[in-house]
Amino acid sequence: MELLIALVIGVMTTAGVYLTLRARTFPVVLGLTMLAYAVNVFLFTMGRLTIGMPAVIDPTAAGYGDPLPQALVLTAIVIAFGMTAFLIVLALKARGELGNDHVDGLHLAANEAPYEKLDQIKANQQSPNNIMQQSNQEVKP
Amino acid sequence: MMQLTAWPVLLPLIGGFLVLFARMGGLRLQRSLNLLIVLGLVLISIEMLKVSLTGVHQVYLSGNWIAPFGIVFVLDKLSAMMVLITSLLALGSLWYAIATKIDEKGSHFHVLFQLQLFGLNGAFMTGDLFNLFVFFEVMLLASYGLLLHGSGRLRTKAGLHYVVINMIGATLFLFAVGALYGAVGTLNIADMAAKVAVAPAENQGLIAAAGLLLLIVFGVKAAMFPLYLWLPAAYANTSAPVAALFAIMTKVGIYSIIRAHGTIFGEGAGDLAFYWTPWVLGLGMLTLALAALGVMAARGLREQVAYLVLASVATLLIGVGLNSPAAMSATFYYLIHSTLVAGGMFLLADMVARGRGEIGDKFTSAPIMPNAIMIGSLFMFGAVAMTGMPPLSGFLGKVLILQSALEQAWFFGILAVVLIAGLLTIVAMARSGSLLFYRTQPVNHLPGEPMNKAALIAVVGLFSASPLLVIFANPVTGFTELVALQQFDSASYIEAVLTTPAIERVK
Repeated sequence: MELLIALVIGVMTTAGVYLTLRARTFPVVLGLTMLAYAVNVFLFTMGRLTIGMPAVIDPTAAGYGDPLPQALVLTAIVIAFGMTAFLIVLALKARGELGNDHVDGLHLAANEAPYEKLDQIKANQQSPNNIMQQSNQEVKP
Repeated sequence: MMQLTAWPVLLPLIGGFLVLFARMGGLRLQRSLNLLIVLGLVLISIEMLKVSLTGVHQVYLSGNWIAPFGIVFVLDKLSAMMVLITSLLALGSLWYAIATKIDEKGSHFHVLFQLQLFGLNGAFMTGDLFNLFVFFEVMLLASYGLLLHGSGRLRTKAGLHYVVINMIGATLFLFAVGALYGAVGTLNIADMAAKVAVAPAENQGLIAAAGLLLLIVFGVKAAMFPLYLWLPAAYANTSAPVAALFAIMTKVGIYSIIRAHGTIFGEGAGDLAFYWTPWVLGLGMLTLALAALGVMAARGLREQVAYLVLASVATLLIGVGLNSPAAMSATFYYLIHSTLVAGGMFLLADMVARGRGEIGDKFTSAPIMPNAIMIGSLFMFGAVAMTGMPPLSGFLGKVLILQSALEQAWFFGILAVVLIAGLLTIVAMARSGSLLFYRTQPVNHLPGEPMNKAALIAVVGLFSASPLLVIFANPVTGFTELVALQQFDSASYIEAVLTTPAIERVK
């Protein structure tokens, strides 16, 4: 059981770190969620692994599991959920304001343009006078 | 007096809810309520300081559970001092936010402000490692909201980095706390210190590793090298009163290092006693060197002030790393100075940016700002204080720290880093000051906003801390010496927390 739990925590942490280091916000959110899961399982095992032991008072029990890590995990889960929800909203906001979902909001793929530029292109297309100017400026993909 | 210990935590929490409901009564009601509560906090923290001067630790057992089992709030000289600095800084920054109407630019500014104070005060008062994590999260969640308040492209980008970094920090915090709990079986800082002292030798490696992991977490908050990269962008792009309030946020990291590491791995910890101080000292010196370069390279005044905050934090880290009561006392003196003056400097940078119209705080020449003489003199004052030139308190603080470093093996290294960094910041500030105030263009642009006199009060108020610290240097250093001595006497902290009895129920 110990080996399995340790492997689970290790794999989830590795995956979480890998995803967090990605440059796009969606993998970052997933990575942080993975890390949060890993740390929750880790916290849980810090009360030692036991089988069939109740955490709270039971007159028929032979022994007890440690209740404190369970309380800690509950708190940590709630906080991690709240933070992740906030991060998702913020990532969406950043996507809207920065024009793409890169964490720096700068690196554009070849076919991407920031929103302001798109607006500019649209405006140019609407007025025929600017077509020449536009074709001069916007040739580059 | 037991209840006094809980008040600085409870008042902002209750205040936050009150302000939330006061929304129905309009912004004016929210503003006056918020101001009233912050004023109340100032009064409470002065009262707390008086109580703490008796030298007895005031321990509040929440839910009347005795120490290692329940959550405790501990009032000693250090926490009383930190809460007082926080409430003074909050008063200045709130006044500025109201005077410049920054709080109108989005909803719930005042609620978030109160919750931020709740998290800060909780982090300063708590005596429990997991509770420290919870208060960190409360503080951070409120700070995310405040940081993004008013929105804007750059603000969102800086905010995204800030949030992600702090979420990783939270995860590391939980790993560290979990490992410590697994090794010693307690979360109460005092109890943990007592148990680390008698920990079996085979557990010490694990405990030391968890302690260093915890140092990384606090280093993220304190913006220690190499974890400071989020700070300049986040502080430079948020609104001025929020940046001013954030001047205390880096000090939460410093405080946590002093409190958690200083108590758990203090004198009584056997082989692990003070094993973390060389890390703090070395990284502090590196941070200071890089912060000085950052001050030189900044492209705008707010970014420059953010790097100055980084430099002051680095100086504090050096003071903590020196690890002697004299150095700790000097650190506390410099902490009071740097927090309040940096807060004032952020507000002043915003006034400069407003006065220069669309050019803002960028270091290029612009039309003369309205009331340039007044703002320029204040800038001069702030620059002298921040860079640590005589006669203001920054100089005194640095001298005290260097004086306490005299017997250190690394003395000349520390001296070189502090003095060269000081010189670089002086050069950079002189350059930015002459750019902002001397190399002005003839007026053919749109001039900026006229000077906001009400907002100026907040700047002057926060700056006045510096001359006051010089005039009353003797009593203040006397007080910081007491704080440092109490902090180094971790045995009495442990005893006070663990022996406080539960209150008997009156029948």
